[in-house]
Amino acid sequence: MAAATSTFKPMDHVHGDPLEIPELACGAMAGSKPYVAAPGQQEALGFPGELVENWQEKAINRLGELVDNSRALRVFLDSCVKCGACTDKCHYFLGTGDPKNMPVARQDLLRKVYRRYFTWSGKYVPWLVGAQDLTKDVLDDWYSHFHQCSQCRRCSVYCPYGIDTAEISMAARDIMDTVGLGQKYSNEIIGKVFNIGNNLGLPAKALKATLAGLEEDVEEETGVPVRFPLDEKGADILLVTPSADFFASPHMEGLIGYAKVMHEAGVSWTFSSYASEAANFGMFVGSQENMQKVAQRIHKAAEELGVKRLVFGECGHAWRVAYSFLDTLAGPFDFLDQNYPIPQHICEFTNDLIDQGKLRFDKSRNDAIRLTFHDSCNVARASRMGDKPGGQFEIPRAILRATCNHFYDMAADTIHEHTLCCGGGGGLLTDELMDVRLKGAQPRMRALQQVAEDHGVTHMAAICAICKAQFSKVLPQYGFDMESIVSVHQMVSNAIILTGSIQEQDYEAARLSVLQEV
Amino acid sequence: MLTTAFALSFYTAALVLAGGLGYRIWLYASTPAPLKIPTTPAPLTHSGVAARMFREVVFFQSLFNANKWIWLFGWIFHMALALVVLRHLRYFLQPVPEILVLVQPFGELAGFAMVAGLIALWARRLIVPRIRYISGPSDHLMLALLVAIGISGLTMTYVAHTDIVAVKGFFLGLMYFNWQPLPSDPVLLVHLGLVAALMIIFPFSKLLHAPGVFFSPTRNQADDSREHRYVGSARLEAMSRKA
Ligand code: SF4
Ligand code: SF4
Repeated sequence: MAAATSTFKPMDHVHGDPLEIPELACGAMAGSKPYVAAPGQQEALGFPGELVENWQEKAINRLGELVDNSRALRVFLDSCVKCGACTDKCHYFLGTGDPKNMPVARQDLLRKVYRRYFTWSGKYVPWLVGAQDLTKDVLDDWYSHFHQCSQCRRCSVYCPYGIDTAEISMAARDIMDTVGLGQKYSNEIIGKVFNIGNNLGLPAKALKATLAGLEEDVEEETGVPVRFPLDEKGADILLVTPSADFFASPHMEGLIGYAKVMHEAGVSWTFSSYASEAANFGMFVGSQENMQKVAQRIHKAAEELGVKRLVFGECGHAWRVAYSFLDTLAGPFDFLDQNYPIPQHICEFTNDLIDQGKLRFDKSRNDAIRLTFHDSCNVARASRMGDKPGGQFEIPRAILRATCNHFYDMAADTIHEHTLCCGGGGGLLTDELMDVRLKGAQPRMRALQQVAEDHGVTHMAAICAICKAQFSKVLPQYGFDMESIVSVHQMVSNAIILTGSIQEQDYEAARLSVLQEV
Repeated sequence: MLTTAFALSFYTAALVLAGGLGYRIWLYASTPAPLKIPTTPAPLTHSGVAARMFREVVFFQSLFNANKWIWLFGWIFHMALALVVLRHLRYFLQPVPEILVLVQPFGELAGFAMVAGLIALWARRLIVPRIRYISGPSDHLMLALLVAIGISGLTMTYVAHTDIVAVKGFFLGLMYFNWQPLPSDPVLLVHLGLVAALMIIFPFSKLLHAPGVFFSPTRNQADDSREHRYVGSARLEAMSRKA
């Protein structure tokens, strides 16, 4: 597939302005297509198994339904003035030069069909307003280019009308699913959540074994019996985290960090095997029904376990769904303790404890690391932490500064709400899309290269499972160490001084000797 | 004959504009917004949202952050257009309010700024490959229409004066259903004909961005989903109860 035939050499592209605008390369990415979902994977989500006979009619009907039910879609499809402000804002355009990856051009793939069938001008003077019939070619274009959008919302920050291409991509994917043309990667994963409880398909038994193993490891490392509880009824806090945290590196190091913080805070908490997934790919495929079904599992788990609080681990789009949608989709959560934010982000949880002086850190344990922070799109542009706008930028950085002596931000126009996607979000984190993932990561890799050169930065922290997985793959291609991507709570885990731990003895001894010298 | 034709066109244009725009606005208002999707960081309160919207509509804040050239030309064009429209109110109001008398000299100058802004935007549309790529025939025609309206207007102000008193009589006559003859000056007829065309096109074109911006959920929603349970669509709510 596309990945195999690509001649793109990341190392030749890692130097330069992260936001450099490429020359237009028409058709460059037309061949990039994810694998199509198998009939079984489609039907499990309530979609037709394969492309239906009357797909054109069905697609147009579905488009009508979606527009009737989404003010955003209707306003966005009508309002674009083709000003061009968004044309250079998408990392996939910056990385590929394919003009169909300019946000407005991506929207136009759907807009031209909307115009043709739903507007007066498109019906009677289609050539004038760029309206087009929904043909097989158009459908192919949709399948290709709506899977080159990570739904990162960077374009919506700059559009004078706030047009969010993510909403358009979600709608297009919903339409494609509805006519039987689904994406294998996302739909297979949603099926696993329904059947097993998480994206990775880890059954309760495996989870239990993993967590028991972690308890041993941490006790060995610290001398403290830090618990990793699963399905414990009556615990105060349900911690819902992306299943990658149970499985891969550097995610798991972050998970260890959560557990250490919970332990030190002295709270009772638990994971749930039924809701062992914070991620919600229902959002990626634009299916509100599936997104709601996944979200409701969390409600059910919280109710059955009888917890009082709901905390989410490090995951970008999961935090969007949790923060912005969960109460709407699966609420009300009136059985939880209303004195705490519902839901709460693990970074908020940890940062509150830091503010209250309840956590001690030995920052020198992170001295080998010169760190920067990658703002994940969905946290940055689709949610919040804390009680002020922009808390989602300040709180993770506050944690990193509390746990690490060397912290440097990347260029201002590549962080905070201007952040650049890792290149693998929105359901694109699959091997057959490696070419577009590599190219889409280029702007971020260049920004990282700059701080590496200017400040000797060696590591980049993130709070998103997808970012972490994507960076683990693309960093080596751009000449960085694979392990230079770290979890925020990995930094916490490295530096935290647990009461009664081996580290505490060293820490106290070091402090004493300093005091004696004075 | 001429008067009748223009009178009828302006009645039609006014009806299409008001009806079409009213229908569109009704559609936007009545279409559900099922989820909270403000582009963050977003204001936490409704007064904060009003302030954000004000900055967007008056200063084009997002556009400013996106691209300084498009912002500059676009902002000049829109502000000049606002002044020009204000100035033209004098042809519909008798007596002319004090404020319009004050606006008059600025309004005249604004005519030039408006055309200059439009031409600069058009030049970008032709020269910058990215913007040329996304431009269709309607985008160029819209600019042509607006430039033609501007230039015909300026021509009447500075080159070939028209009987402006009679023009005002014509429009007052339209408003009070007591038709008065329209001068048959060709530049005037072109100017008025194009304006009527613009009014008719408005509700069927990208000019819908004008009402659209106020209804854009990424800009008009407050970031308060943890503070208040958001219920934006009956459909989702029903499904949530069932579960
Ligand atoms: S910035 Fe908005 S209005 Fe301008 S071209 Fe892009 S989507 Fe259209
Ligand atoms: S949402 Fe992100 S990936 Fe999609 S078009 Fe906009 S900038 Fe590109």
